[in-house]
Amino acid sequence: MAAGKEIRTQIKSVENTRKITKAMEMVAASKMRRAQERMKAARPYAEKIANVATHLAYAHTEYKHPFVIARENVRRVGLIIVTSDKGLCGGLNTNALRLVMTQLKQWKAAGVEVDVTAIGNKGLGFMQRLGANVVSQLTGIGDTPRLETLIGPVKIMLDAYMEGRIDALFIVYNRFVNTMKQEPTLTQLLPLAKLASEDEASLRTHWDYIYEPDAQPVVDAMLKRYIESLVYQAVAENIACEQSARMVAMKAASDNAKNVIGELKLIYNKTRQAAITKELSEIVAGAAAV
Amino acid sequence: MAMTIHVDIVSAEKALYSGSAEVVIAPGQRGELGIHPRHTPLLTTLKPGTVRMKLPDQAEEVMIYVSGGILEVQPHVVTILSDTAIRGNDLDEAKALEAKRAAEDAMKNREASLDYAKAQAELAEAIAQLATIEKLRRKI
Repeated sequence: MAAGKEIRTQIKSVENTRKITKAMEMVAASKMRRAQERMKAARPYAEKIANVATHLAYAHTEYKHPFVIARENVRRVGLIIVTSDKGLCGGLNTNALRLVMTQLKQWKAAGVEVDVTAIGNKGLGFMQRLGANVVSQLTGIGDTPRLETLIGPVKIMLDAYMEGRIDALFIVYNRFVNTMKQEPTLTQLLPLAKLASEDEASLRTHWDYIYEPDAQPVVDAMLKRYIESLVYQAVAENIACEQSARMVAMKAASDNAKNVIGELKLIYNKTRQAAITKELSEIVAGAAAV
Repeated sequence: MAMTIHVDIVSAEKALYSGSAEVVIAPGQRGELGIHPRHTPLLTTLKPGTVRMKLPDQAEEVMIYVSGGILEVQPHVVTILSDTAIRGNDLDEAKALEAKRAAEDAMKNREASLDYAKAQAELAEAIAQLATIEKLRRKI
């Protein structure tokens, strides 16, 4: 019964695979909860700093920061790509990178050059294979993103913008909608879109802050942190996305493995039965011949 | 009851404090700032230090350490955006250089890293094959 043995080995190997995917599913589930909490914990800061930035947009500052001035002629743009470090998380990175590809094609058609900052291994590898101009990178963020580690890569892009090497800055990441749904998103970071929401009429009156020590360094520091917080938020969301995408993908894999095992068991039993039937009929036929 | 002012202290990674206070004393760039309700709008950077708050109905001050950041004052709201890291131009510069160097290294070793990935895949395959052979042997 050679076929039976082969099928048995196959069942065993699928069972082993299932054990692994099941374990990964559970690990991802517990990491996902923590990643979501971290994502939520980052929200107050993002909200507050957005508030301050809005106030700043309304204030009649004597000093206009380059970040808020839109440039008419865009020849070169910066793109921050946030992906996961590891694979096995469904179509998460593929979706984000597909979005990047479409955007890159558009830019290419418009004659716009692109500088890339890659956060996460998958995007980095992809961009390198593509031959894109990767100016900075950050990998191995782990499960707990730290703002501190993001300062460097972001600063390179901000400096490039200040020096006029790039005229706009974009970020691509997966937005966390819910556990089942992640949405690849492209957002413009620089120049800062007018943060103004119409209802805050009280802020429209003529006023300005007192700046200490001077307007320029304070506004500089403020906007730098604002951009960093946006990037941090993107990274935190991407990690939550990664974990939930992985959980879903691994759950699907475990379910598939279960189905495959079921089918294989059926085939195994059928061949076993067939062999027994065959043997029996041979014996009966043999007895009849005697 | 004395007048109070709403205070929010947040860092990028979590919210540190939210509530009302009678006075907020923060380590501004040019020295300590005491902020009472109805202070005029103010925006300043903070030095690493302690933010002290006098809460209503409490004798003791609340103290929170911030490693620098930004202080925004609106007439009834004080927002402190605390940094999570010690910041400085030199430190930021070093971090930027580090990120850049990593990218350049990766570009230089592109062949090497691709080969590494390929080798890893081949190794995984070989291990899987060995495991199968091992299993077959044991069965025979």
